[in-house]
Amino acid sequence: MSILTVGISDLAVSKAPDVICTYALGSCVGICLYDETKKIGGLVHIMLPSSKEAPHIHDNLKKFADTGIKMLVMEIERAGGNVRNLKAKIAGGAQMFAGVSSFNIGERNVKSVKQILSELNIQIVAEQTGDKIGRTVFFDTQTGMLEVKSATRGITVI
Amino acid sequence: MAPINNLDDLNPIHMDVLREIGNIGSGSAATALSGLLGAPVDISVPSVKCLDFAQTIEFMGGAEELVIGLMLRFEGEISGLILYILKTEFAQKVINAFYSKDIESLMDMDEMDKSAICEIGNIMAGSYVRALADLTGMIIDISVPDICVDMAGAILSVPAIQYASLGDKVLFIDDNFKVSSGDIKSNMILIPEMDSLGMLFGKLGIEI
Repeated sequence: MSILTVGISDLAVSKAPDVICTYALGSCVGICLYDETKKIGGLVHIMLPSSKEAPHIHDNLKKFADTGIKMLVMEIERAGGNVRNLKAKIAGGAQMFAGVSSFNIGERNVKSVKQILSELNIQIVAEQTGDKIGRTVFFDTQTGMLEVKSATRGITVI
Repeated sequence: MAPINNLDDLNPIHMDVLREIGNIGSGSAATALSGLLGAPVDISVPSVKCLDFAQTIEFMGGAEELVIGLMLRFEGEISGLILYILKTEFAQKVINAFYSKDIESLMDMDEMDKSAICEIGNIMAGSYVRALADLTGMIIDISVPDICVDMAGAILSVPAIQYASLGDKVLFIDDNFKVSSGDIKSNMILIPEMDSLGMLFGKLGIEI
């Protein structure tokens, strides 16, 4: 078993028994897709809701919910998974700062992720989103379980 | 020469100027801190670096390191964001100096402690920005800070997202204040908006 770490605006795909993790999701969203029959899973760590809103920063399309999720699906299919089998678990999309100096990007990220998944007919089976907390997630490709760790509220498994 | 669109476009002379602004601003912040704590505060020359977000997170002790984030906007002739990243030690020393209270970890901070830290951030940022305004003759206002105690990576993702279009670099100012009980480190991240850097250098008579 190895642990793959996914950075911001990045993705990884692997097979059981590997674990895929990403650290300190704030307003970003971590999207885990899982093909249970093949035990293939993937995780993408997106920063922004839509590539269409930012046509001038297309250096890395994994940065955006729309393009990042589609790239993750492609990678999973390339690894032998089937998009029709995929189920999703998502975490993140917090609002770290409450006041006027932030704009509600976490909520917009979550909304966009849900819309893209719905367009791709991928069901969200579990989520821990919103709120004001940072989250680290560990996605187990053996079981499909997602461990969500917060600095202030300990560990929950969804 | 090409316009300055992000910090990658800066040459060594620009960096020297930003460093000097860092020095002056930090000196001014040290004076403010001294007034607040009612004790002399010395300062060593701050280190001013141009880092990307990943390097900044590393410098703060890793993505999951529990830190205080204090975020404020500055607006006026130039605009942008200031984010203080403060470690446990800063909170312990400052809160203790303020009202002789001991906190074990950042999780122990109550609302009053957070207000005190916010106020200090407000005053430090205010004196910093005032030094910048005096130097350039510009009018710059700052907002009241927002506080967040959480993982460094989650806090730093906020400006990373907000300024994604400006590229990956921030101006990282590493201050070391010396008080009688030891050193207080404060890390300040400055993200000027797109046209603000050009405006700043223009005011200082530096060729872009």
